[in-house]
Amino acid sequence: MKILVCISKTPDTTAKIAFTDNNSKFAEAGVQFIVNPYDEWYALVRALELKEAGLATTVSLVTVGLPDADPIIRKALAIGGDDAIRINSDNDDSFYIASQIAAVAKDGGYELVLTGKETIDYNGSSIGGMVAELIDAPYISLAIKLDITGTTATAVREIEGGEETNEITLPVVISCQKGMAEQRIPNMKGIMGARTKPLVVKEPVAVESLTSIVSFDLPPAKAGVKLVSPEHPEELVRLLHEEAKVF
Amino acid sequence: MSVLIFADQTDGQIKKASFEAICYGTAIATQLGMDAEAVVLGTISKEELVALGKYGAKKVHHITDSNLDHFDAQAYTKVIAGIVTATGSKVIVFSNGLTGKAVAPRLSARLKAGLVTGAIALPDTSNGFVVKKSVFSGKAFANVSINTDVKIISLNQNSFPVATTDGAAEVIDATANVDGPKVKITATNKITGEVPLSEAELVVSGGRGLKGPENWALVTELAKLLGAATACSRPVADAHWRPHHEHVGQTGGAVAPNLYFAIGISGAIQHLAGVNRSKVIVVINKDPEAPFFKAADYGIVGDAFEVMPKIIEAVKKLKGVA
Ligand SMILES: Cc1cc2nc3c(=O)[nH]c(=O)nc-3n(C[C@H](O)[C@H](O)[C@H](O)COP(=O)(O)OP(=O)(O)OC[C@H]3O[C@@H](n4cnc5c(N)ncnc54)[C@H](O)[C@@H]3O)c2cc1C
Ligand SMILES: Nc1ncnc2c1ncn2[C@@H]1O[C@H](COP(=O)(O)O)[C@@H](O)[C@H]1O
Repeated sequence: MKILVCISKTPDTTAKIAFTDNNSKFAEAGVQFIVNPYDEWYALVRALELKEAGLATTVSLVTVGLPDADPIIRKALAIGGDDAIRINSDNDDSFYIASQIAAVAKDGGYELVLTGKETIDYNGSSIGGMVAELIDAPYISLAIKLDITGTTATAVREIEGGEETNEITLPVVISCQKGMAEQRIPNMKGIMGARTKPLVVKEPVAVESLTSIVSFDLPPAKAGVKLVSPEHPEELVRLLHEEAKVF
Repeated sequence: MSVLIFADQTDGQIKKASFEAICYGTAIATQLGMDAEAVVLGTISKEELVALGKYGAKKVHHITDSNLDHFDAQAYTKVIAGIVTATGSKVIVFSNGLTGKAVAPRLSARLKAGLVTGAIALPDTSNGFVVKKSVFSGKAFANVSINTDVKIISLNQNSFPVATTDGAAEVIDATANVDGPKVKITATNKITGEVPLSEAELVVSGGRGLKGPENWALVTELAKLLGAATACSRPVADAHWRPHHEHVGQTGGAVAPNLYFAIGISGAIQHLAGVNRSKVIVVINKDPEAPFFKAADYGIVGDAFEVMPKIIEAVKKLKGVA
């Protein structure tokens, strides 16, 4: 069984959020970029564990991005991916990206496609579902556990107020969140090895974009905190009841 | 032409977030001069369906089939796509909950209809169709243009007011060819006796400042008095002081309640990412420099072990609990 892990490049979790060009673009100057944490910590590491347990033959990575995504994909290779494909495009429409990933998934005959729960910049939580529809496979969203026995995947997914265990025959697309695996730090051997692992760059397949980002806004600044004396905590309760009216 | 809202149900009960979605869809319908219609899948009483008229749905398309009683995103998508075609719907609205996250993207790819998830306001239709959505985990908004004839919006919970009238919806029993589910549900494990975090209007949350699990009564007792859900910071879940499903933040769950009450949490940027859409944030922290105070509406700089028992006392008094 071959696994395809979808890797996206996102600003570091502590990056300052600001915009340029008339608020139409994220201000990248001075920002450090990372592998989207859900893709790295959960999807990729679980894929590696399945391979280490002899349940998968290869773990391939795919990213849709320009050459500035190469360091990100190399980092994921350093953690342990076998090979990678970068689809050379900076289109940010979810359907466009999903169509590129679906084409790679079909071509390569991958039976398990893993994505992260969401990108921490766009927060779409959409690409996995779109890929599944495009390759006509079941989709398990927001999975917290995943096991494989033969051609059956057993996944535990989050439902409102609990969890549900699902059994599906491969192929399947699964979006991964906390619980799947633990973060792995790449070691020196991994980092050295990643330099020579195959990273194939392909041009995108022609598909339309269904959406486009017009502009960004920042939320209005908070009015500031109203502090209550620690001597009179009951005053806080009064304010929440009478002023904020939250209970 | 209509706006079609997917109203999600479990065990014959429409979910609260779907009422919000119907009100939102109805407002869009008014904006576009269309009717709001809802679609409900699976076994549910007629009264529940008629009652969706209160939120603005003129018609409710209802499909029952034993294959729809268990959720399968693929089967749901096909059935909803059929209703969209039959009704000529131009805008489809979901609530951005767990079901919406599984179905809306599939439907978007199937219909080649542009999707915006995490919408927080009505679309701007003055020049095209532009939807404001939450991005960067609540730290910013993007205005996204949907460029296709049919449009799909998934509304973030707790971002649109729910208003009711005394309307009644016309129920239309539709039929569909439903595929057998490809996903077999082998176990369901619901946490009972607690308010689920994703649906909670009030959340009480604890951090490492509480020192250890033995002190969690300060969180759980307040939560119980308020009917609130409980949450925690990541290190607390990692140390197994609290179950993992309580972890909120960048890498845990995201919440947007009316009240987020944080005790002994520093307010690291990754924690804020999961809670900054809360309407009112209260912070109890002994360090006046804790970053959480910058994101808070109310706060006390003080020792949680001294302050919290007094707060609990005051809430008891307010609620008339002995
Ligand atoms: C990529 C990444 C993702 C992350 N994702 C998340 C996430 O999803 N969620 C998350 O929470 N964290 C996340 N973190 C971790 C985050 O950076 C912080 O380390 C974490 O939130 C701190 O938890 P805390 O506030 O409980 O603990 P601490 O930072 O240790 O803060 C404890 C606070 O309690 C206060 N305190 C101590 N004693 C008392 C007392 N007696 N009374 C009152 N106050 C007291 C202290 O002043 C302090 O402010 C992530 C980090 C990274 C790098
Ligand atoms: N440009 C991209 N290239 C490859 N995978 C991506 C890309 N964008 C998103 N993904 C994958 O899709 C998941 C969900 O993304 P989103 O729908 O944007 O929240 C991410 O966690 C990634 O696994």
